[in-house]
Amino acid sequence: MSRPSKVLGLSVAVVFLAGLSACSEQAQPLGAAKKDAAAFTGTPVTANHSGTWKAGDKTAWEQQIKTRTQNGQNEYTRAP
Amino acid sequence: MARMKFICDAERCIECNGCVTACKAEHDVPWGVNRRRVVTLNDGVPGERSISVACMHCSDAPCMAVCPVNCFYKTDEGVVLHDKDVCIGCGYCSYACPFGAPQFPSAGTFGVRGKMDKCTFCAGGPEANGSEAEFEKYGRNRLAEGKLPICAEMCSTKALLGGDGDVVADIFRNRVLQRGKGAEVWGWGTAYGSKQAGQPGAKS
Repeated sequence: MSRPSKVLGLSVAVVFLAGLSACSEQAQPLGAAKKDAAAFTGTPVTANHSGTWKAGDKTAWEQQIKTRTQNGQNEYTRAP
Repeated sequence: MARMKFICDAERCIECNGCVTACKAEHDVPWGVNRRRVVTLNDGVPGERSISVACMHCSDAPCMAVCPVNCFYKTDEGVVLHDKDVCIGCGYCSYACPFGAPQFPSAGTFGVRGKMDKCTFCAGGPEANGSEAEFEKYGRNRLAEGKLPICAEMCSTKALLGGDGDVVADIFRNRVLQRGKGAEVWGWGTAYGSKQAGQPGAKS
């Protein structure tokens, strides 16, 4: 094969390869779930908050949940 | 660290469906979707038992494992939530869930499945806590208000317990000791491991 033919063949191959790259798959990262705000950070309407805990105080929120569970769902602590 | 769990006491459930109604009302759950249901075993037979079933927020949630778009996430309190903006409504989670928790609204054309909907343990979703967007998609965020799931709080016989796992397990254990029977907790082992809440300790 002559040199010009070689060059031409190589050029065609390069063009085809470049064309194939358009067929490659784009990266499809898994839709990372949004970051959720923690429950202890509270809601904007503090009037709806139950108990005396302050929004952002994790320990107080956890205590509020425990207290509410005991007071609301354990009748043995209330029965005489 | 609080770890949220549900317990349904089959000895107490009277199949009133108060939990189902409370849930639908609190979160404006769409027609055709029930985040919580009451199932009766051996209906009509003496000794029948009823249990209130919803998402149990499993320790190792199968729905999270099978979701092809990774729309599920777990909060620090162990509540399994999902992002409806990511969900493609494929239904894999529905097949994987041992409790039949994932629900799909069928209001679309040609029976197209909508975004999955399920119990959120009244903890909303990834939108800002207490926002209108969160309410529209997931319902009210009671946990962020320092409250517990409405189904458990509304239960008239306190058959359904929901809250910090250690506390509800203690409440149930005390009940079992008081009444001397009914230590079996339906779904507890499946959701949280092999240990049964309320089971009397080994005699020394």
